[in-house]
Amino acid sequence: MLKVTGLSSGYQGAQVLHEISFSVEAGEIVCLLGRNGAGKSTCLKTIMGLIRASSGRVECNGVEVSRLPANEVPRHGIGYIPQGRRLFSELTVAENLEIGLMVNRKDHAFREQVLEMFPRLRERLNQRADTLSGGEQQMLATGRALCINPSVLLLDEPTEGLQPSMIEQIRQAVTAMRDRGVAILLVEQRVDAVLSIADRVVFLENGRSHQPIKATALRDNPDLLHRFVGV
Amino acid sequence: MELGPYLILGLLEGLVTAAVLSLMALGLSLVFGVMRVVNVAHGEFFMVGAVLAWWIAGAVGGHPALGFLAALLLAPPLTAGLAMLADQLVLKRIGYDPERTIVATIGLLYVIQQITLMTYGPDARPVEAPFNQRLSIPFVEWTPEGLSMYWPWGLGTTSYKLAVIAAAVILLTAIWLLMTRTRYGLLMRATQLDRETAQAFAIPVGRVYASVFGLGAGLAALGGVLIVPIQQAHYLMGHDPLLLSFIVVIIGGLGSLPGTVVAALLIGVSDGMISVFFSPTLAKIIATLAVAFVLIFRPQGLFGKRAL
Repeated sequence: MLKVTGLSSGYQGAQVLHEISFSVEAGEIVCLLGRNGAGKSTCLKTIMGLIRASSGRVECNGVEVSRLPANEVPRHGIGYIPQGRRLFSELTVAENLEIGLMVNRKDHAFREQVLEMFPRLRERLNQRADTLSGGEQQMLATGRALCINPSVLLLDEPTEGLQPSMIEQIRQAVTAMRDRGVAILLVEQRVDAVLSIADRVVFLENGRSHQPIKATALRDNPDLLHRFVGV
Repeated sequence: MELGPYLILGLLEGLVTAAVLSLMALGLSLVFGVMRVVNVAHGEFFMVGAVLAWWIAGAVGGHPALGFLAALLLAPPLTAGLAMLADQLVLKRIGYDPERTIVATIGLLYVIQQITLMTYGPDARPVEAPFNQRLSIPFVEWTPEGLSMYWPWGLGTTSYKLAVIAAAVILLTAIWLLMTRTRYGLLMRATQLDRETAQAFAIPVGRVYASVFGLGAGLAALGGVLIVPIQQAHYLMGHDPLLLSFIVVIIGGLGSLPGTVVAALLIGVSDGMISVFFSPTLAKIIATLAVAFVLIFRPQGLFGKRAL
């Protein structure tokens, strides 16, 4: 579904990612784990084309997307929930969802499916995004990404700063997407959340990737967690 | 003539200035709001609109209304096309970097101005208004018999000037509807708010930028076409409106469309009033002082948001 091979990228001459490789299959959640500055968010931005890859390939459903302009990448079914949500703050909830719907020309019937997943958003359709609570903003960011009907979903720290009840709702939405066959690549700092939801974990260390490990194996091996994320 | 009729005369002249200024400043504000580009060449698009209006009106011939209508329909899209070409050839290539675009648009200003001088020449040339009936305006005064209406000598305007005010109101409403009710407006607003996230949702930011630069220039050119029957077309005519547009945009708040319209009204009407009672130069001095006060006491402008 999503295949990353030898991907390198960085910012203005400073290389951050060094030939990282991993894949995410349909109906699977793969989590990128690593310390701050390991290159997790950079990896997601490079997959989305927001940072140019200096070498390597990104394939989505067999199509190479790493040479496409950034605005073409989501049309191949890659949804993105950026760190800090990055909602269009002065647009309403309905307009934010509309932006997602426009990507693959989905109609408002499709929006209904998203609103069924997050009923709170339906009550706030005409409210500006920056007036929502943190949890509602995360629901909107997730809903906006789902509106493109993604086959691959990239999430960058979706539970950051949320209260436990909201975290549970987001967790349920992510597992529901996995159960529908969406390939999910998750960046998450909370190790307990990762271990409860992920199928496989890829460790990033100084911009280099290690062999993926099954999340079940990781639960029995705290030394690895200590080495890569310091817990 | 008493003070009242003078006030009405100043108000009418000010409203004509405000009408043209609001179109031009709206273009400048849109370009800055969406692209973060301070377009120093904006006044030249106003001038190009006026000069093209002269060319087109002369080429069409016949009744003045025909030529003017052709100019109104053709000059703004031609100017917009020129601006989009400049966007692709210059601004896109320097990555829309805020500092470098200022230098680049200064260069663009001189290129457009000198090309106009070489082709159109140094003369100021008029375009005939499509209609220009003189309209006297009545006023009221107290007499021993009560209120009575009279027609003060010199208190009047032309049908064309009223049409300019009406056209500006219609165009501003159309731009507001475009921004708030259309898919294109939604793409523009999303790009303005977060360029990177816009790209992650398939918004072609490059095309949005080119079209916004074209739209901004088209609005300035519309202002130029509307003003050219009142003020002749000249290759240096873009300077004063550019200064006033920057004043309007700074007072209204950079990137704020309602702020731009309100500030254009304030500056336009005060310009008209002060010009009628004192002198146009004093009007410009006071407008510049107003900018200084705004920058000191409310740097984000009347409707702008404070930078975090």
